[in-house]
Amino acid sequence: MSSRLQNILVPIIAVLLGVLVGTIIMIISGFDAVAGFVALWDGAFGESYFTGETVRQITPYILAGLAVAFAFRTGLFNIGVEGQLIVGWLAAVWVGVAFDLPKIIHLPLAVLAAAAAGAFWAFIPGFLKAKYRVHEVIVTIMLNYTALHITNYIIRTVLSEKSDRTESIAETASLRSPFFESLTDYSRMHWGIVIALICVFIMWFILERTTRGFELKAVGFNQHASDYAGMNVKRNIILSMVISGAFAGLAGAMEGLGTFGYASIKGGFTGVGFDGIAVALLGANSPIGIVLAAILFGSLKVGALNMPLQAGVPNELVDIIIALIVFFVASSYLIRLIIKRFSKKGVK
Amino acid sequence: MGIMEILMIIIPTTLLWAAPLIFTALGGTFSERSGVVNIGLEGLMVIGAFTAIVFNLTFVDTFGAFTPWVSLVAAMVVGILFSLIHAVASITLRADQTVSGVAINLLAVGVALFLVKRIYDKGQTDIIQRGFSKVDIPILSDIPVIGPIFFSNTYYTSFVAILFAVIAWYVIYKTKFGLRLRAVGEHPMAADTMGINVTKMRYYGVLISGALGGIGGGVYAQAISSDFGHATISGQGFMALAAMIFGKWHPLGAMGAALFFGFAQSLSIIGSSLPFLENIPNVYLLIAPYVLTIIALTGFIGRADAPKASGVPYIKGSR
Repeated sequence: MSSRLQNILVPIIAVLLGVLVGTIIMIISGFDAVAGFVALWDGAFGESYFTGETVRQITPYILAGLAVAFAFRTGLFNIGVEGQLIVGWLAAVWVGVAFDLPKIIHLPLAVLAAAAAGAFWAFIPGFLKAKYRVHEVIVTIMLNYTALHITNYIIRTVLSEKSDRTESIAETASLRSPFFESLTDYSRMHWGIVIALICVFIMWFILERTTRGFELKAVGFNQHASDYAGMNVKRNIILSMVISGAFAGLAGAMEGLGTFGYASIKGGFTGVGFDGIAVALLGANSPIGIVLAAILFGSLKVGALNMPLQAGVPNELVDIIIALIVFFVASSYLIRLIIKRFSKKGVK
Repeated sequence: MGIMEILMIIIPTTLLWAAPLIFTALGGTFSERSGVVNIGLEGLMVIGAFTAIVFNLTFVDTFGAFTPWVSLVAAMVVGILFSLIHAVASITLRADQTVSGVAINLLAVGVALFLVKRIYDKGQTDIIQRGFSKVDIPILSDIPVIGPIFFSNTYYTSFVAILFAVIAWYVIYKTKFGLRLRAVGEHPMAADTMGINVTKMRYYGVLISGALGGIGGGVYAQAISSDFGHATISGQGFMALAAMIFGKWHPLGAMGAALFFGFAQSLSIIGSSLPFLENIPNVYLLIAPYVLTIIALTGFIGRADAPKASGVPYIKGSR
């Protein structure tokens, strides 16, 4: 079997295995599995309102997935997407609240502020990796919590008078779309999906059509060879993290400017950043794969909210399924072994 | 407020908050020493906290005053079982250890909340009746000066944690098992050549981290939060990971770092009642453990190096 076909088969089998185990869990727990999945489907696509909400959820997932994947392609593991997202969210809302500008300047400014904030937050681990050879995984994890506490502090003391949330952003900085809202029965679907899709194209373009992208990928394949070929490995590491962080910051802008329109004190993480790891992994770090994976996880996540109402199944079942899919993709060695076994039988 | 009163507030609180971190950080040390990165400590704590609370609520009538301790054993066992997933994925199936750890974290929260809703039909458990409670440790608390500061108004679990750290140090540095564990984490091929079963040692490492992570979660749940919900464990596992690194992958170092982080956490909670801290925003104390860990890694406070083979699956015969 060609390796190309195998690469496509692995994620598909992983998803099927994840759903299978999820079904088994439902049955063992005494729930009606069929009703559960019907509720899941209805919750994601049953009404136009739900579809709009699903698209809204897919939007940050695409961007978070791009962020993780872009770093992955340079051989870096950015677990800090969550922190970069939170920082981007705050930056976008800050610009949205603080300025009074015409929409054509205000909105792009707020979006760019988010990207810049995320990029800065990812620059730190990139720089430390390049300069001091500190492992980026640990630094990004630590920066996640640092971001959480600092943004909470800023929201509480700078952007509000000891309140739990900022005021809402100016209409001129909002991504809200009356057009999409009327189309989807007043869901919170917003223009962000367009930005996300543009970013998918940007990632593809950088990696596949520019010299810089070639260098980034080369560093991901083999740092020593790239160094020997005259590429500046350190600069590429930092650049990769910065671009990755910019995508993550944009994911935060989607929440800040589109879905919510404000920033609030968080007791814990949004989870979007960690789900982005799942999206990137399932999408095999390719732009198209990420879109497909984001659609799958976004639908699961939004559809899950309908499961307790319609079928009495706790929506956490979907979190379990997503985690299992990550396991199965990560353990692709197992799946590849199984495929090998089967395809050998076919030859006989 | 005199210095004595201040110490009598700060030190018991520090010990209280440090105990779960010490257990979990020791778990991380065992795992990483054997060469398996364990980002899943957070998830192991979640599972431990969940198990301890459910067990405590269910069996409080059977075990009476011993309930929290028995629940801790239950948390340990379930922690071991849960870490088995990480072990199978990252050792046998050669999965990326970081990814597998992330999956452990996602799975733990999903499973625990799913079961809470299944069992109790609500998002959060009831509050346990018998958690770990404050005690004056007999004899020791009667010692002048030291007694009231260290041994009064405190919890047994904190001292068990410190004892565990000493045991862990002994096991890792003074026994044959520990030597093999470290060898497998530094240079698995050399260890394999010497006849050490790399796979088995790594399984031990990960399963011990599951046991200690489970205990850490159980201690946190029964001494601090008293119930289980989606926000019970929020970052303690990652803070334990930080303590392990800050302690340079050494059990006693990890314990020291955990005590220090516990100190920072307790200051962020009780700081407003202390005269010299009331004007410092507690955000500095909240981020201190994380920022210090980053600084430690960059080498400003002595270089911290991970075990060499940490994060790399061992494939027999590959170079």
